[in-house]
Amino acid sequence: MHTTLLLDMAADAAPDRLALGRMADGVTFDEVRNRARGGAAWLGDMGGETVAFLGLNGPALAVAVFASGLLGKPFTPLNYRLPDADLNKLLARTAPSVVIIDEDMLGRLQPANGVTVVTRSAFEAACLDEANRSRELPEVDPDIGVLLFTSGTTGEPKAAVLRHRNLTSYVISTVEFLGSEEHEAALVSVPAYHIAGISAVLTGVYGGRRTVHLPAFTPEIWVDEAAAEQVTHAMVVPTMLGRILDVLEARGEHLPHLKALSYGGGRMPQPVIERALRVLPHVDFVNAYGLTETSSTIAVLGPDDHREAISSSDEAVRRRLGSVGRPLPTLEVEIRGAEGELLGPGQSGEIYVRGEQVSGEYLHKKAVQDDGWFATNDGGWIDDDGYLYVEGRLDDVIVRGGENISPGEIEDVLREHPQVADVAVLGLPDNEWGERVAAVVVTKDGQPSRDELGAWVKARLRSTKTPEVWAFRDALPYNETGKLLRRQLKTEMTAAPAAA
Amino acid sequence: MDLKPGSRWKSAVCDTEVVVVRAVKEPAQLECGGHAMVAHNTEKPAGLSLAPEFAAGTQPGKRFADEVSGLEILCTKGGAGSLSIDGRAIGAKEAKKLPASD
Repeated sequence: MHTTLLLDMAADAAPDRLALGRMADGVTFDEVRNRARGGAAWLGDMGGETVAFLGLNGPALAVAVFASGLLGKPFTPLNYRLPDADLNKLLARTAPSVVIIDEDMLGRLQPANGVTVVTRSAFEAACLDEANRSRELPEVDPDIGVLLFTSGTTGEPKAAVLRHRNLTSYVISTVEFLGSEEHEAALVSVPAYHIAGISAVLTGVYGGRRTVHLPAFTPEIWVDEAAAEQVTHAMVVPTMLGRILDVLEARGEHLPHLKALSYGGGRMPQPVIERALRVLPHVDFVNAYGLTETSSTIAVLGPDDHREAISSSDEAVRRRLGSVGRPLPTLEVEIRGAEGELLGPGQSGEIYVRGEQVSGEYLHKKAVQDDGWFATNDGGWIDDDGYLYVEGRLDDVIVRGGENISPGEIEDVLREHPQVADVAVLGLPDNEWGERVAAVVVTKDGQPSRDELGAWVKARLRSTKTPEVWAFRDALPYNETGKLLRRQLKTEMTAAPAAA
Repeated sequence: MDLKPGSRWKSAVCDTEVVVVRAVKEPAQLECGGHAMVAHNTEKPAGLSLAPEFAAGTQPGKRFADEVSGLEILCTKGGAGSLSIDGRAIGAKEAKKLPASD
């Protein structure tokens, strides 16, 4: 099934409903379709086999996604936060292509063979041009919908292949067609080159929900926009949520229209989500876990799970706030050991997933097994009630004297300390143990001693999991989608180890 | 008729349109309003009329699953007819609503 059919359905059934933009001057579903047709006719003249996109989030992104779909060409959003050299390297990899680029980013491009450059405003004008909109588009048999360069916190970015059938399978199995009420609006602040930015375009259209784009995130602008546009739904990454709560509390703002807030894209510190439940008691919280290679969400911890966990005195139920909930009913999840053997409840191993929304595929490289299972490279376990706990990237696991130590577990314990604002735990090379455990801490309200923090961890875990190296910093490095740049920290710490 | 995933079909007698989500295990005929559906990009046959026993109507966004043939389809445009496979009526699949996650 073709992603443009999702737009056709919405535009046929609810042509006059607002699809994109503000209440005052938003664009209807019918108009989005017309713009996509105009844009497609125009882009088709430019040649190329891929449509790349380099720009901020906004209505043009959604239109460009569908315009590329109409042409049967993969849509490839690029990360504008990359250094120029890396960005130009990625752009060259899209050739033969046409790239739609924000005017103020033009100066960053170097000419590349086979890449036609068009500005965002030229594209937007073409979408409005009646001559383009009325043109007959060629019949296409589309296959690849989106090529997404994975965020590349390690190594060279890989181009994940998301076929139309993966994307539409995700959308129609998780969203009710026009299931949104007419007044609902979603605030999208994740960038275009993140899978959540793409899936938000598709689920917003199919659900019939107006999408308000935030071109760039600051917590103040997010709160302003959420209040002014009477936003009912939003998705944020963990680092955004803490900052949003700061602004809400400082202003005494409660966002009465907000109904649901979903989060994902990284580990949510338990104190932050507990605070969110206190500050926004009327809001439904949803934790969504997914990967680029799985067309977004594969497990959700729903609103009732959140409420039950926060109010429970049962430790096993309370703990679920730190889980990603249960897998979607349309797919299968298993935990497997190092030899590929199936593990039971409570046993920690690698998370495997299988289902139609799972692409598990990169350009020129299939990563999914013949029987359809995709190894996520995330460590995790499932409890007796089917809740999935994600322990982080397997590459991040610390192996100390043959023992596998998950950084997330130690980070969670340290975050509970009243003077710890943020923390990263990682392994450093060690001649005796192979690796030793190091903690990089951002403190608040004064600085606790290393001994005190060490005793805190030892009392709650065990001595082999107690960091031997401590460092203190003002802030930790994150990429813009909330992923901790653990490898960068590791490199810095290895080069200049802190005193033990 | 080749009911492969992603293929689109339209009713010969009403406005209904569908897309195949999951293919059939055995060859089967998909019908709407009592008549075989036709490929989306072809002309509708003339002279057919809606069969009264298949006139309950379809709504866009509804998913249908037939356990016998394994076929799953999504209605993309509503119409006056109702769906059947080899003369056997097929019902809408119970939608499982999930909390919004993006």
